[in-house]
Amino acid sequence: MIRQPDPKPDVMARRDSIVAGLRALLPETGLIAEPLRLKPYETDGLSAYRQVPLAVALPETTEQVAAVLRFCHQNGVRVVPRGAGTSLSGGALPMEDAVVVGMMRMNQVLDINYPDRCAVVQAGVTNIGITNAVSADGFFYAPDPSSQLACMIGGNVNMNSGGAHCLKYGVTANNLLGLKIVTIDGEIIDIGGAHLDAAGYDWLGLLTGSEGMLAIVTEITVRILRSPEGARAMLAAFSSNEIAGGAVDAIISSGIIPVALEFMDRPAIHACEAFAHAGYPLDAEAMLIIEVEGSVEEQDRLLAQLSEICQKFDPISLKISQSPEESAAIWKGRKGAFGAVGRISPDYLCMDGTIPTSQLPLVLRRIQEMSDSYGLKVANIFHAGDGNLHPLIMFDANNEASFHAAEDFGADILKLCVEVGGCLTGEHGVGIEKRDLMPVQFHAHELQQQRALKSAFDPDWLLNPSKVFPLLEPEAVELPQAA
Amino acid sequence: MTTEDSIVALVQDAIRTREPLLVQGNGTKAGMLRPVQAARTVSTSGLSGINLYAPKELIISAASGTPLPVIENAMAEAGQHLIAEPPDLSDLLGASGKPQTLGGVTATNLSGPRRVAWGAMRDHVMGIRAVTGRAEVIRSGGRVLKNVTGLDLCKLFTGSHGTLGIITEITLKVLPAPEATGTLILPGLDAVVAVQALSAALGSPFGVSGAAWLPPEAVARVPGLAGINGSATLIRIEEFAPSVVYRIGRLKDQLAASNAITLDTPASLAVWKDIRDARPLAAAPEDAVWRVSTRPSSGPGVLEAVRSAGVAGFLDWGGGLAWLAGPADTATHAAVEAAARAAGGVWMLVRAPDTLRATVRVVPDEAAPLARITRGVKAAMDPAGILNPGRLYAGL
Repeated sequence: MIRQPDPKPDVMARRDSIVAGLRALLPETGLIAEPLRLKPYETDGLSAYRQVPLAVALPETTEQVAAVLRFCHQNGVRVVPRGAGTSLSGGALPMEDAVVVGMMRMNQVLDINYPDRCAVVQAGVTNIGITNAVSADGFFYAPDPSSQLACMIGGNVNMNSGGAHCLKYGVTANNLLGLKIVTIDGEIIDIGGAHLDAAGYDWLGLLTGSEGMLAIVTEITVRILRSPEGARAMLAAFSSNEIAGGAVDAIISSGIIPVALEFMDRPAIHACEAFAHAGYPLDAEAMLIIEVEGSVEEQDRLLAQLSEICQKFDPISLKISQSPEESAAIWKGRKGAFGAVGRISPDYLCMDGTIPTSQLPLVLRRIQEMSDSYGLKVANIFHAGDGNLHPLIMFDANNEASFHAAEDFGADILKLCVEVGGCLTGEHGVGIEKRDLMPVQFHAHELQQQRALKSAFDPDWLLNPSKVFPLLEPEAVELPQAA
Repeated sequence: MTTEDSIVALVQDAIRTREPLLVQGNGTKAGMLRPVQAARTVSTSGLSGINLYAPKELIISAASGTPLPVIENAMAEAGQHLIAEPPDLSDLLGASGKPQTLGGVTATNLSGPRRVAWGAMRDHVMGIRAVTGRAEVIRSGGRVLKNVTGLDLCKLFTGSHGTLGIITEITLKVLPAPEATGTLILPGLDAVVAVQALSAALGSPFGVSGAAWLPPEAVARVPGLAGINGSATLIRIEEFAPSVVYRIGRLKDQLAASNAITLDTPASLAVWKDIRDARPLAAAPEDAVWRVSTRPSSGPGVLEAVRSAGVAGFLDWGGGLAWLAGPADTATHAAVEAAARAAGGVWMLVRAPDTLRATVRVVPDEAAPLARITRGVKAAMDPAGILNPGRLYAGL
């Protein structure tokens, strides 16, 4: 069970006055404090953990965010920022004495500038909403997390979200130009802008992936890219994970960087095929989805080269999509993987470690051994080009022992990722889920250094204070004074 | 310094004596930004060597003092390259002899023409080790391509100019080098029309990876452009050979560039290296040199605004990077500052005599609330204020 810090007694005692104070700062419907209406905010994409917050604030402007944070700062109230609540690591899990600041009402695209290839959007715009706003003109926003229909760009910034296409296009951090942030004391600060290189320290880089611990992001300037002339996928199925891993190495070594290179193991193939009817090969142990971009001739040339490479690994089958419909079907299975696994097992944990790609066969073998020993099924989906592994551990939430076994299994997988040279999380964030595993990857003094950086932004540790770092008593570390 | 331990010992000593340290690699970029007043120098040049190179995993890891050419050569042998195409400013900065180091290009976050399409140095630093001003060795990131575990100190250290820590090891994402490089040159356009063409090219589906505009006097200083009279608007494609031909052809049609000139791979490599290294500005060593980063469409306005102050230069990054040179005095610097600010952009003083560097804002001051955070972060990383004091901002 994951521990939360004790609620602050003085804050709980002043609940009514805090609610009244916040209500005065927000539009009429912008403050929620009724128990029944707080319920939807008690959890996020990591639904095993729940906690109803003290209140939910729904600001509509940056100035309202600033007023709310200034008030919380003055009153010592903890704040949990929230986008769409899709975090798989519990990044938006409330605390009993915390005010959730929900960004969903700040959902406007403020500016689109094609000559400068950037757009300014509010934090509550969905990831797909950015692409939808520019797609008629042939542009798109590149990072594409699986939750892109629902997740909000503000959450993407805070978790540095990735997606299936980041092998070519990078993750969120690589696709941002500027931020408007509000600090815990209510200061509004512009970071970066529409230009590529900012001056001074890389605040944009530090804030991206900071999991709501440093500031609240209200506006984002993103890079938008022109869509390629076309894209096409192929499927390659192999008789073992090792052989498929060898094919991945050979593809990267060939000088071709596909725009996506996805790996699914046998359980994942079966789950997705049953769901999407994409024509996945059910006799394969491992399957690659490989996508290339360019003109039709360029696609043909690259896919022919990729087929030739795959042929050297005795594929069970190779299938090159002949149409956009076939490509869409190939992707439908992969993109629907979570839903597909959900049909087999109502409850699953989606893990998110990264490993050096050369370690894939070893890691999959060890995961299978763990699966046998825990008695829990697992399906593996892997962004093979960049080493980001997503084991889906299936369990029964009605059985507490099953849930705890799943959590232990997941922790063992992440420890294995670190052991082979990888890391605890590639794109989902640490949140509450992996907080207590941080000492596996970092020394105590390294965590202390990161805590000191948080203190430079948030000396009283009011912003999302129970996430990312193992709890300390007392939580706040002393901010060193300038020499 | 030849070991990380010896750097730790030196920093411990400096903390005890409160004596500032000048942090550098081979010192080729010592002429950038503000001069550092320090009792002692800590150089990473003795920390040299590639620790890990896994071409199939697109990862290279090396000690920070490793000469960049050593890394570039190793990668060339494996058919790969540094994505951000960091410039070699040795000629521009009058540093001769020793090559720049991996730590130097990382600490300064300097990126070349490819930055417009593929990101900066900071985008490809996957892991870092550094000795902080607390004399502690800390790590961030790792040796994998996707990692969001904890705060991203890789990006914080990159471009911190040795003021937050002494970087000892860097792990970079790398990519296959292109099979071929081609350049489409549109001659004779003025800056405004040129940037419109560059925007159209960068907004095309053809994967443009270089987009620059050189006025006639800059063209004259690039040997690979001999024979072009007037300005040159350059558009680069790096791809498989048939794709370079196809994409250059499509761009030529789309831009209706009937008088366009194309460069083959060797000619393209030579020209873009000169643009990368700001060779057109190396000619007058007495001039000050600035980099101004703005939204691309504001680039021509920056050039226009500084012209009356005797400042000239050229545009890279589709117009978003103005390389400028002009008289090394405070009035001229003020003109560059004003032009950058009016364009909503930022400046960096890249080259100037010490007296000028010590007295002007080499980068823009931050707004008060952000400056407070900067002081807090500096204090968190370097509580005694001993690492490259004053390099970026006076008094920090």
